[in-house]
Amino acid sequence: MIKKTLVSAVVAMGLAGSAAYAAGGEAHVEDFNFSFEGPFGSFDANQLQRGLKVYTEICSACHGMKFVPIRTLSDEGGPQLPDDQVRAYAERYEVFDEELDDFRPATPVDHFPESALENAPDLSLMAKARAGFHGPYGLGINQFFKGIGGPEYIASLLTGYEDPPECAPDDFSGYYNKAFPNGGIPESCKDENGYATIEGSWIAMAQPLYGDDVEYDDGHEATIEHEAMDVAAFLTWTAEPKLMARKQAGFAGVVFLTLLSVLLYLTNKRLWAPVKNKED
Amino acid sequence: MAGIPHDHYEPSSNGEKWLHRRLPIAGLLYDTLMIPTPKNLNWMWIWGIVLTFCLALQIITGIVLAMHYTPHVDEAFASVEHIMRNVNGGYMLRYMHANGASLFFIAVYAHIFRGLYYGSYKAPREITWIIGMLIYLLMMGTAFMGYVLPWGQMSFWGATVITGLFGAIPFIGESIQTLLLGGPAVDNATLNRFFSLHYLFPFVIAGLVIVHIWAFHTTGNNNPTGVEVRRTSKEDAQKDTLPFWPYFVMKDLFALGIIMVVFFAVVGFMPNYLGHPDNYIEANPLSTPAHIVPEWYFLPFYAILRAFTAEVWVVQIASFVTGGIIDAKFFGVLAMFGAIAVMALAPWLDTSSVRSGRYRPMFKWWFAVLVVDFFALMWLGAMPAEEPYATFSLIASAYWFAYFLVILPLLGVIEKPLAQPETIEADFSKHYAPKTGGTKTLVNPAE
Repeated sequence: MIKKTLVSAVVAMGLAGSAAYAAGGEAHVEDFNFSFEGPFGSFDANQLQRGLKVYTEICSACHGMKFVPIRTLSDEGGPQLPDDQVRAYAERYEVFDEELDDFRPATPVDHFPESALENAPDLSLMAKARAGFHGPYGLGINQFFKGIGGPEYIASLLTGYEDPPECAPDDFSGYYNKAFPNGGIPESCKDENGYATIEGSWIAMAQPLYGDDVEYDDGHEATIEHEAMDVAAFLTWTAEPKLMARKQAGFAGVVFLTLLSVLLYLTNKRLWAPVKNKED
Repeated sequence: MAGIPHDHYEPSSNGEKWLHRRLPIAGLLYDTLMIPTPKNLNWMWIWGIVLTFCLALQIITGIVLAMHYTPHVDEAFASVEHIMRNVNGGYMLRYMHANGASLFFIAVYAHIFRGLYYGSYKAPREITWIIGMLIYLLMMGTAFMGYVLPWGQMSFWGATVITGLFGAIPFIGESIQTLLLGGPAVDNATLNRFFSLHYLFPFVIAGLVIVHIWAFHTTGNNNPTGVEVRRTSKEDAQKDTLPFWPYFVMKDLFALGIIMVVFFAVVGFMPNYLGHPDNYIEANPLSTPAHIVPEWYFLPFYAILRAFTAEVWVVQIASFVTGGIIDAKFFGVLAMFGAIAVMALAPWLDTSSVRSGRYRPMFKWWFAVLVVDFFALMWLGAMPAEEPYATFSLIASAYWFAYFLVILPLLGVIEKPLAQPETIEADFSKHYAPKTGGTKTLVNPAE
């Protein structure tokens, strides 16, 4: 189940060798409100389409999503792009075809390409591969009651770039991000026990979003928070494309099993009444 | 089945007689289903059905998952994503299977601690207890290997750490480790043999479950009083018992229904809550996760494993006496397996002649501490290996061993047990007084 701080393997994200690993440094994860939280929350198709735009125009320069078939962009419970738009979208990418032994434009049955940069992690499952915050004390209470998880982490990270704290030397490699947990931290920002005195750590990725990086088709304001939340929502969908169907199945299961339990309770009560010398 | 006197199956129709002379299978099923069961069983006696259900659920979902899964290091992770994205209902199958493992362990822990409190392990039910412990060990092996199959980061590093434990055994450890891994490190050979064994073990468990049921059908169920069913005559036995069908089947199904509501809520609304996020990152032998944490159900024993470091004096003595053969790592491994071994030996360590904790005023408290200790160990197993958790782990581990090796043997001698009811019938009528219309609805639900 669970551990105190965020865990990530992005430590290897090309941070220079000079950067020592954080010794359990805490990171700041904001509790964003997403439409898909809670048992009845659902994806907002418009938000997913906006997130797709942010992904396509910014993230995909370095990152890939090799587990996500492009055709699923038109799926129920997803961005629900019309089929012709999905076909047009697929053609943006080139894929290597083993039969042709050459590159060709992608079609909807192909997957999104892999990461272009070796050190850029694949984003298909990022929203499930990052925990958000499992605290306090590893008990998972934040996750349970506030729904803080991967999408909150992604949005926090994208909006978490700040000027480096004063304790850091100017030439420390990477970019300071208050939401990034396991990157490098300069020795001068640690106390005598090796614990970080600052939130977050240094990440290899330069700040990708500043606001107004994309022009939304639906006229939505492209502030940095909106962009970050939209792409976080989109990545939640890529990580869990069946989220809505799953919640519906869970809800149906709960309703019908509750009904069944009530019937079993009444049957059991009636059955035992004579044994327990009760009026029935 | 032997033991409690009761009516046996009599074939009535000609067809039944024909079959019964050739294969008495209807009789076997009848006697199994109609077994006289103590009528005072409380709600802690429902876990057997829940466990049977879990085993069936895991086998059925697992067989379908195996149809779509590819046990190869290059394709395992992608094939799991294929199940999640492309297979019809695949996401539900996989989430039910993954959370089914958690439900399985919740149920088995409740079942084991029920046995520990009510003395279900005591004579004549030692074999039932031992078979149960074997099932529990196999469950752990199955769950561990199943967790490796998605080939995520925790799969890979969990496998590396756990198989490394066997490498700590002196002299033969390395050979055992190589045999487990199928090579020098966790790789394709490991994944393949784990997949094969993950498919095999549940059927071994199913076989042992039949033996487990056979054993306690021979001795009869224990019950909250620990008092045996009267076997003096069929009439006496009938005053203490009710047939399993329909009374306990209905009761257990009702309990299972409630548990299924919770289970579906977890599967539907928070299926990854009990899992580790790192397992959604494909295994990478070149990148070690910051914390390697096993699944929650292994945490208590993982805490015991880590508690015995080279600084602990017991470890130092063991190392000195054996001339360094038992080092801290091997000591930890011994402690982890020992923690389960002492539990398995409970029938011979407990010297009290009274079965049920209900009539053991001192035992009750020590048992309550053991339950708290178990949860404390579970929490400590998830904490990083640093102070103050290391000291807490050591104290909690010490209590675990002390409970079985010191407290259980001593209590039987120094404790003065309370009076037990004469019969199960007497206990039952105390709660459901005849004619006067007793009002209590549950038989001590708190127990």
